[in-house]
Amino acid sequence: MLEVRDLRKEFQPLSGQPVVALGSVSFRVEAGQFVSIVGPSGCGKSTLLQCIAGLSRPTAGRVLLHGREVTGPPEGLILLFQEYNKSLMAWRSVLRNVRFGLENRAGMGRAEMDAEARRYIDLVGLKGFEAHYPWELSGGMQQRVAIARALVRHPEVLLMDEPFGSLDALTRIELEDALLRLWESLRATILFVTHDIEEAVYLSDRVYVLSHRPSQVIEEIEVKLERPRNQLTTREDPRFIGARHHIFELISKEMAKA
Amino acid sequence: MTRESRWTGFGFLALLVLLWEAAGQYGWVHKLFFPPATKILASFLQIVVSGEVLGHVGVSLWRAGLGYALAALVAITLGVLMGYWRPVYEAFEVVVELLRALPPPAIIPVAIVFLGIGDQMKVFIILFSCAFPILVNTMDGVRSVDPVLIRTARTFGLAQASLVWKVVLPAASPFIMTGLRIALAIALILVVISEMVGATSGIGYFILDSQRSFRIPQMYAGMLVLALLGYGLNRCFLLLDARLMAWHKGLTARQR
Repeated sequence: MLEVRDLRKEFQPLSGQPVVALGSVSFRVEAGQFVSIVGPSGCGKSTLLQCIAGLSRPTAGRVLLHGREVTGPPEGLILLFQEYNKSLMAWRSVLRNVRFGLENRAGMGRAEMDAEARRYIDLVGLKGFEAHYPWELSGGMQQRVAIARALVRHPEVLLMDEPFGSLDALTRIELEDALLRLWESLRATILFVTHDIEEAVYLSDRVYVLSHRPSQVIEEIEVKLERPRNQLTTREDPRFIGARHHIFELISKEMAKA
Repeated sequence: MTRESRWTGFGFLALLVLLWEAAGQYGWVHKLFFPPATKILASFLQIVVSGEVLGHVGVSLWRAGLGYALAALVAITLGVLMGYWRPVYEAFEVVVELLRALPPPAIIPVAIVFLGIGDQMKVFIILFSCAFPILVNTMDGVRSVDPVLIRTARTFGLAQASLVWKVVLPAASPFIMTGLRIALAIALILVVISEMVGATSGIGYFILDSQRSFRIPQMYAGMLVLALLGYGLNRCFLLLDARLMAWHKGLTARQR
């Protein structure tokens, strides 16, 4: 359903040669899949997501959603950022932040939007915090608000840019499992960018490994681990360890080139 | 301010008033130019009770309010445009910087030439001088909106107009409030100056006229009215600010 073809992105610095962030990136994401992208730092993962989300124009190549080229932010696709403290609206309560996900949709009354927003606040485990402001919540809770705001819109595709990157390890584990549960019940398609190899393997059906800049996909790894996954048994499974081992070696090699 | 420190403040004020009273009563200063505080207060009560000064205050408030409101409208609109769209900024920057450098009273002669000495001139002067602090702060506020927030709004499919209205303006509102607060003080200054230049009404005229007709206690009483007016307006603004910007105060208190 989502296809990235030969995507290239160059940046022109103030002086000197253009920097090629994305060399030629191609991959596919099938409907309902959980796909992760990992790569060495600075390989242009965020740039890639911005291009897919229609927030940045690629220098060459195309992004196709249901066969239609993405030229601006497409309906049915939401990008969720790592910086929850910046992406949430500090002047809006939790309820009104989540409601924002529905507001520019025609045909929904305020009461209906509020009811739907409350349902998703409940789903991400924040019942009782509707009237709080984002800055009154912990980092993990703030990111839950951002997830509820994205999911309330029923996106077909959810792009996540290192969403748990700035959370502590325990909160991260908690949110990984919360995200998997939501994904399984809502059946969205998720494209998840992370620099955490274990996180990628743990969450995904498929992992794409990016090379160092100018980046391209160097390997595609199917993760054939049963669901629902379990923080202990899944991570102890020999197939998990094998995939982790393999990806780690690939990325180490890439980092050595830098 | 704590309760205790406020009482200290009032105590000090009372002491100054007593000193003023004594200076007048005992002739330490020229009694005609520094009438004792009781005389000033008596005059104050008289002009308030008779309603004489209230009409002038009303006129001044109307002029200042209209100029201030128009300034807010024009400056917030232009400030958002300049802060958000680079080409608009580039087009307006030089003109704004030049006009901003002018001390507002300097445009009074020009305003009189074009608009006469009536209300239009005064409202224009107030508009002109209030506009710049609001404009500059709005511009800074809009520029400081985090790109992540803008991108988030765009990924939710917001068109430019609703993005500005729903995201950029509220995110910039703490800056805009700062500009509005500075402009409030300026509006009061300029309404008084413009009423002293050419007017037959308004609190500025009232003070100047009292001086010219040698009603010195009444001149001081007029100043007292003006001080109370400025204090009251500022308090009202702070109350409104605390209400509207409660989220921002909470947020910055957390970050500290």
